[in-house]
Amino acid sequence: MRKIGIPEIEDIALGAALLGAGGGGDPYVGKLVAIGAVQECGPVTLLDPDEVPDDALVVPIAMMGAPTVLCEKAIGGEEYRSLYETVSAFYGKPIYAFMPIEAGGVNSMLPIAAAARLGLPLVDCDGMGRAFPELQMVTFTIGGGSATPMALVDEKGNSCIFRTVTNKWTEELARAVTMACGGSVSVSLYAMDGSFMKQYGVHGIVTRSQRLGSAIRKVKEVTGKTPEETFLEITEGCKLFKGKISDVLREVRAGFNFGKVVLDGIGEYKGRDAYVEFQNENLTAVVDGQILATTPDLICLVDTETFTPVPTDALKYGKRVLVVGLPCFPLWRTPEGLALVGPRYFGVDTDYIPLEERCKGGC
Amino acid sequence: MYKLGIDVGGTNTDAVLIDENLQVVASVKQHTTPDIYDGILNSVRAVLDQSGVDRSQIRQAMLGTTQCTNAIVERKNLVPIGILRIGAPASRGIPPMVDWAEDLKAIAVRTAVVGGGFEYDGKELAPFDAEAAAAFFEELKAQNIKSVAISCVFSTVRNDHELAAAELCRRIMGEDVHVSVSSEIGSMGLIERENATILNAALYKVAQSFTEGFARSLADEGVTNAEVYLSQNDGTLMTMEYARRYPILTIACGPTNSIRGACYLSRMKNAVVIDVGGTTTDLGVIQNGFPRESGVAVTIGGVRTNFRMPDVISIGLGGGSIVRQQADGTVTVGPDSVGYQINEKALCFGGDVCTATDIAVRLGMADLGDRERVAHLEESFARKALDTIRSLCEDALDAMKVSSEDVDVILVGGGAIVLPPKLAGARTVTQPECGGVANAIGSAISKVSGTYEQLIDYDKTPRDEALAQARAQAVELAVAAGAIRETVEIIDAEDVPLQYYPGNTARVKIKAAGDLA
Repeated sequence: MRKIGIPEIEDIALGAALLGAGGGGDPYVGKLVAIGAVQECGPVTLLDPDEVPDDALVVPIAMMGAPTVLCEKAIGGEEYRSLYETVSAFYGKPIYAFMPIEAGGVNSMLPIAAAARLGLPLVDCDGMGRAFPELQMVTFTIGGGSATPMALVDEKGNSCIFRTVTNKWTEELARAVTMACGGSVSVSLYAMDGSFMKQYGVHGIVTRSQRLGSAIRKVKEVTGKTPEETFLEITEGCKLFKGKISDVLREVRAGFNFGKVVLDGIGEYKGRDAYVEFQNENLTAVVDGQILATTPDLICLVDTETFTPVPTDALKYGKRVLVVGLPCFPLWRTPEGLALVGPRYFGVDTDYIPLEERCKGGC
Repeated sequence: MYKLGIDVGGTNTDAVLIDENLQVVASVKQHTTPDIYDGILNSVRAVLDQSGVDRSQIRQAMLGTTQCTNAIVERKNLVPIGILRIGAPASRGIPPMVDWAEDLKAIAVRTAVVGGGFEYDGKELAPFDAEAAAAFFEELKAQNIKSVAISCVFSTVRNDHELAAAELCRRIMGEDVHVSVSSEIGSMGLIERENATILNAALYKVAQSFTEGFARSLADEGVTNAEVYLSQNDGTLMTMEYARRYPILTIACGPTNSIRGACYLSRMKNAVVIDVGGTTTDLGVIQNGFPRESGVAVTIGGVRTNFRMPDVISIGLGGGSIVRQQADGTVTVGPDSVGYQINEKALCFGGDVCTATDIAVRLGMADLGDRERVAHLEESFARKALDTIRSLCEDALDAMKVSSEDVDVILVGGGAIVLPPKLAGARTVTQPECGGVANAIGSAISKVSGTYEQLIDYDKTPRDEALAQARAQAVELAVAAGAIRETVEIIDAEDVPLQYYPGNTARVKIKAAGDLA
């Protein structure tokens, strides 16, 4: 158990941008929402998953809708109380703690605000260990968990909770409610008990984000090593490539950003080339025609000077980036996990081979 | 008829005099002074003496200044303000200025978030709570506050609540209160737009003093017949009265002016402009004759904003950059610089600091100061320094390009002599005459604009017809502001559909700009 205040939030946001693996959106507005809540209500208690009783009700918090709407309307502040009341009433017992559903982007920050405003603890655990684009892409699905009953509330005080027969229906109904409420809503989904969370969740993810963020911030202060060596050491990352962006191809299909970023090698990679394909998040990294990493392992692009993460929507010709691979949460490497988020699910025709094996000591 | 263009930079205050055919008659470079008016006065006097023109023949005077940027960065001369946000129950989770530095936050004496605002489609989020707003303005009045920032959720879609609040503010606090309204300053993204509005409100005294100071220095020099304008960061001009209301729009007009000046001098419409100053080099892009705008949030003095700014990158390289031999054999250039003291500190001027200018003189690229004083520099050392300068510049050039294709480059600014004549990634490098004062020229040739904004029901007026009318209105407004009709072009057009508004309504905003008569 420990406390999270504003300095910790800054680091968690920076780390979350890395764990977003190119997606998850800019955590900036989320960070302001978290800072606003902590300034008003005080720091948040972060619980280790093992500190949560097995029968306690634990609820992930997120937002749904258009990021541009969130940037305009932000959060009213009362949404989390409304979610708390709706969900507690539905289950007939009070929510014990909140948790994030994903480690990347805005959704890494909002549960901190919820916990601060309700005075409830936050659990150091999520359902991805990174960011993914679709609702069912959480480790809880492997354990048979369901996104519904899902609660949606807006800043005006409207709330609803629904049960659905398939994920498709969940998406469809949630989308309709979101639009009617003005384009962005706060949601709780995959409500679960403590024992299920402990069995299937990604433990220690908030702490990991914070450690990564703090390390990126201080990467140039370490003596005796180059900043790049320090960065690779603290992220336990596998260096895949270093290059200059020579082209970015983008396409929007069915609400997702698809694309490919092409790199020309620089430094020790001069004369070589690489590309990274993405669907919101980065999917594959290919160097000299050879695949070096695929989803669900994390493929992250960072600035070669500052080591700040470069999300897919900020890719621009001429930018110099380091491509690193980070091993994913082990549960994603099981057949059930790969069926949900493996390369073939995203239409990449290759078997999943863990990052460490593909790179074979080349890291 | 003559135009007088002035640009106040961190190192130099430049002035140019341009005739009615837009030919440069005279140009000067003077040091910027701690009190900028002396610098302006010096440069105005010098350019008038040099040209010998009749002062009464100067009909237009344009000023580009960094005063607002400096005031924010140095936290100087900012006034206490009140901040009203309309948008509850939305947005309250992020109070105004939530992530600002404490010293800058202190400018807000009072802050309130009241009911109101809109949804993305123009539907009302909540009714405007005029009572709460009135109570807030009464409190500000009691505290003798003279400047108020007003923002509203989705005011970029509909600004009715903001305008109602502004009217209420003036009614309660008096007509002399300075009101800054977010929909007139920023674009989508409440927090960034509100931040820019808050800064605008805090700058009103700064704006008052530089507009009055400029007018006074012109009058003191006998230039009494001229219309006076300020440069905006989109390459157009605003009147003194407008600049007093929207001082924040002068931010970053320096790079815009040099990009536009370079465009004018070179007659090129598409190119990368490299402006080498004394301390820094700015790179910008000219697209169809206008500066390319930045797509990302811009930070001023640590505050994130989102209003229109030219897409410029700055590197720590200029004529006064200090050159050093490192222990590992490499040679570094900058980022520190002797700045405006170059005439005393550079080797070629008898000083004891090796600067980028000394390298240019040593290698015969420039003829400045005394060549003998740099003769002792090893040629290999000078070549290494030039390589460093080249790679700094080429990397920055590469970062400004949107594809791997080579681009045309226009090289301007007082420090341009320190760059090598050929750069990788550049198809051509043009170094126009008078490029040293491109920014002041950009200021002098700026266009004047008019913006037309209206909610239009497309069921009543078909879209094509409505847009044509709106364009015509915008042109009329530009002409009314002083533009020559034949030169007016539409430079910005937006129409945002408001689904839930009665009928088939859209918010139409058109900006037209043309040359000054």
